[in-house]
Amino acid sequence: MELPVISNAAPEAEGGGCSSSGCGTAPDALSHLPDHIRSKVQDHPCYSEEAHHYFARMHVAVAPACNIQCNYCNRKYDCSNESRPGVVSELMSPDQAVKKTLAVAAAIPQMTVLGIAGPGDPLANPERTFETFRQLSEQAPDIKLCVSTNGLSLPESVDELAKHNIDHVTITINCVDPEIGAQIYPWIFWENKRIRGVEGARILIEQQQKGLEMLTSRGILVKVNSVMIPGVNDQHLKEVSKVVKAKGAFLHNVMPLIAEAEHGTYYGIMGQREPTPLELQELQDACAGDMSMMRHCRQCRADAVGLLGEDRGEEFTLDKIDEMEVDYAAAMVERAKVHDAITAELDMKRALKAAPKFDPDAIDEGPVTRNIRIAVATKGGGVINEHFGHAHEFLVYEIGPKEHRFLGHRKCTPYCMGDESCGDGETVLGGIIRSLEGVEVLLASKIGFEPWADLEKAGIQPNGEHAMEPIEEAIRAVYDEMAAAGKLAQPAVARAAA
Amino acid sequence: MSLEIVDSCVGCYACEPLCPNKAISAVMQPGEPLFFINPDKCTECLGDHDLPQCAEICPIEGAIVDEYGEALNPLGSLTGIPLHLLEQLRESECRQ
Repeated sequence: MELPVISNAAPEAEGGGCSSSGCGTAPDALSHLPDHIRSKVQDHPCYSEEAHHYFARMHVAVAPACNIQCNYCNRKYDCSNESRPGVVSELMSPDQAVKKTLAVAAAIPQMTVLGIAGPGDPLANPERTFETFRQLSEQAPDIKLCVSTNGLSLPESVDELAKHNIDHVTITINCVDPEIGAQIYPWIFWENKRIRGVEGARILIEQQQKGLEMLTSRGILVKVNSVMIPGVNDQHLKEVSKVVKAKGAFLHNVMPLIAEAEHGTYYGIMGQREPTPLELQELQDACAGDMSMMRHCRQCRADAVGLLGEDRGEEFTLDKIDEMEVDYAAAMVERAKVHDAITAELDMKRALKAAPKFDPDAIDEGPVTRNIRIAVATKGGGVINEHFGHAHEFLVYEIGPKEHRFLGHRKCTPYCMGDESCGDGETVLGGIIRSLEGVEVLLASKIGFEPWADLEKAGIQPNGEHAMEPIEEAIRAVYDEMAAAGKLAQPAVARAAA
Repeated sequence: MSLEIVDSCVGCYACEPLCPNKAISAVMQPGEPLFFINPDKCTECLGDHDLPQCAEICPIEGAIVDEYGEALNPLGSLTGIPLHLLEQLRESECRQ
């Protein structure tokens, strides 16, 4: 039997400037950043937890080649049924990618970011990658360009990246110790040879670290991605976090290993286990003392389109975009209007948060109430607007008497995808409940009668009363109501494992 | 003397720019392997590199063979996955 974890409050440092002023806002993972960096990332859905509710991104799959092998990757990347990094449905030429980007940007004005992330390594395909960037920076100057790399070819690409005005780069760094690296990377291709084992890992690590330093010294923002592999690099990632922060990375994104036998990856076939959501959170918390952590990553496909967590790629396949006529000049005007409206809304929300509030605790030290975790179902816009049965994921927040923080998302199979799959509802619900381990309240715009009862039985209180309300206001209202009813004075009753 | 790409090739393009003889090209015909090595141009990199570059970077075991049909990267040599597990995998591969 596991006790619900309620004591792993974030280290003091994460509270940012808010904790002492009692303003009650979530410590934004980016709040410690200087203004000039924050302004660069505040409309980037992959970097800003706030922005990911409002702005969309897309990836174009122009970079199929790779120069290393990772044990969590299978190079047979062509699959339409899987949603994970390194997987695409169609490979594109730079010209096709540009056409697709313009079509998507016209149709989805919230799209602010175009990334190249594979399915191989963008910098192992420099001609295709940079040709795409060159055309887009000319034709669509209002789109931010970014790139994600394993780092092996990074040092030789830094000049070219700077030339195309790319101000965000993500490097996947899973280790700084070659002995650990040898358990993650079976080989790299380096100076015309395949180099295996510790030697290969040593070169890769050296290039990653050199590339990181070169980028940050030029003022290019670097986010570091790490894949958490239990028993291989999970403890080591705390060290990685320290090292990359010292070298100027502004954000660290620790992601869980995805390893299933049917993916055909080394880890999948060898039975390497994935971390549980709680293990991931604990590691993210442990690393958070050293630098700002990212918790909203959805580990999207290398050809994803739309808001994080959604994929509208099907609407923009090559044959469909061939038939689209895009007037990008007109689209750019429309896009600017939409971006301005979103920015105004966000500014207003920030101003409201920053305003002084009545703080009853300052007068009366009431009974101390404990922190709880609340899951919410949303499809974007920062409000509770998704039915329980349709949710592909739940966002999990931890909330206490004064503060709350976003912990991450829990992916799941939707309870009900329509008539055909409803019969599977029973088993699917078990999976959802397991994925919500540690959560005590679930907010959705609507929750059906049957899952309601099972959720309650599992110790998760469903709640549909806050439909269409902003997430942060709703979780605060729920918390305050529970606190007033005296439900939060005691440690939670231990819940039987689902 | 020439190497050959067989139909397990996944079309990742990694080999194409590395060929010192520009012998490798993409094939756009259904039913054919995705890439083709022109036997009149391929030298197996003799005189240019110690080892054939296409086979050095190719991530797919068995996708590049020599004139005797021998794989330059035999099964299990790139991923370290034991052969009996690779067999099981073949039966449950992700299908489009």
